Amino acid sequence: MHEMSLCESLIGVIEESARREGFTKVSRVRVEIGRFAGVELPAMQFGFEVVARGTLAEGAVLDFVDVPGSAWCFDCGQTVTLNNRLDPCPQCGGVRLQPSGGTEIRLKDMEVF
Amino acid sequence: MCTTCGCSGDGATYEGGEHPHHLHGHGAGHEHDHPHPHDHAHPHEAAHANGSLDYGSGPARSHAPGLSQARMVEIERNILSKNDAYAAANRTRFARDGVLALNLLAGPGAGKTTLLVETLKTLAESIPAAVIEGDQQTSHDADRIRATGTPAIQVNTGKGCHLDAHMVGHAVEHLNVAMGGVLFVENVGNLVCPAAFDLGENKRVTLLSVTEGEDKPLKYPDIFEKADMVLLTKTDLLPHLDVNVQALESNVRRVAPLARILHVSTRNGQGMAEWVDWLRAERRAMLDGLAAQAQARADMLRAAE
Repeated sequence: MHEMSLCESLIGVIEESARREGFTKVSRVRVEIGRFAGVELPAMQFGFEVVARGTLAEGAVLDFVDVPGSAWCFDCGQTVTLNNRLDPCPQCGGVRLQPSGGTEIRLKDMEVF
Repeated sequence: MCTTCGCSGDGATYEGGEHPHHLHGHGAGHEHDHPHPHDHAHPHEAAHANGSLDYGSGPARSHAPGLSQARMVEIERNILSKNDAYAAANRTRFARDGVLALNLLAGPGAGKTTLLVETLKTLAESIPAAVIEGDQQTSHDADRIRATGTPAIQVNTGKGCHLDAHMVGHAVEHLNVAMGGVLFVENVGNLVCPAAFDLGENKRVTLLSVTEGEDKPLKYPDIFEKADMVLLTKTDLLPHLDVNVQALESNVRRVAPLARILHVSTRNGQGMAEWVDWLRAERRAMLDGLAAQAQARADMLRAAE
């Protein structure tokens, strides 16, 4: 359940942005979650609802933007696109892969008042 | 995240109780006195900007949305950026003090504390060490560490499932880590959540006991992925188990191709010498690197004289 901590951090980033940008209410939040970021989306959704209560993001809709995974293949020495963490390399069939993309957890943009 | 300052409290507590400010909410505008010295360089100011974050203080600042037009704002910011800033501050501090910091990760019961106790006995009198123990509750582990004569502090995360860089920054304030020492940070026993949080460590060590089965690296890849060292523990039990240790090892290699893997047992001593040699070599390499940087800077300053 580190998703709860992630949501607390997300609210922190939103509050800082509010001070900087001068908005007072958030109605929609878009968060990029990489395929390999280790985030359980339903847990994040649940955590956000709870953590946002009493803040300027209370009741805001949380949307997720999927970021495809990529990985470095140690067998063929290339960066390849990967849908699932344990898929073999689509180029050479190798299984020793180090994720290089799709690990991000990023607040992309918000609809604010 | 920062459960101490300017954030909603999931209430980490530190042994010695020097953190009463964990116990109260941070309402906007209340007096904020810290009874402990904040001599570490972490970016507290950011968390305290204008003295208020709104957690728990109700829907302040909200006003009738109909009165103004909705607009989009681009943020593009890493949600863990605050943790990462604390981690960077910890890393700077460790480099300043010549401390090799290790983040020890594993599920509960993999043998982290037992391995630490045996390691500390071996290092005693040759390399100074200190330990931060992360658990949801109790100071049992820190007590076990202190019994070896090594300074230790327990961080209880309460409901928290992992240590974060801010907790580690505070814990270090309460520990005297000698220059050139090794700081072991034993994370909360959990194969999932601690993986996402950089603590500012130099190296990550993930433990997996052979009793946990050969498929754990595939089920929980994140905790292995960034490990520099993977210790397969309790190997003395292998004769009694059906586990295929070759399969286990190849599963580790699959998710952590760069990690070194050692088979260790604190019962019969297997692999312990190699593990301690690795620690000594990593510490030596770190100190040599820092000394070379300092020398280069000294040379530069002399050349400018």
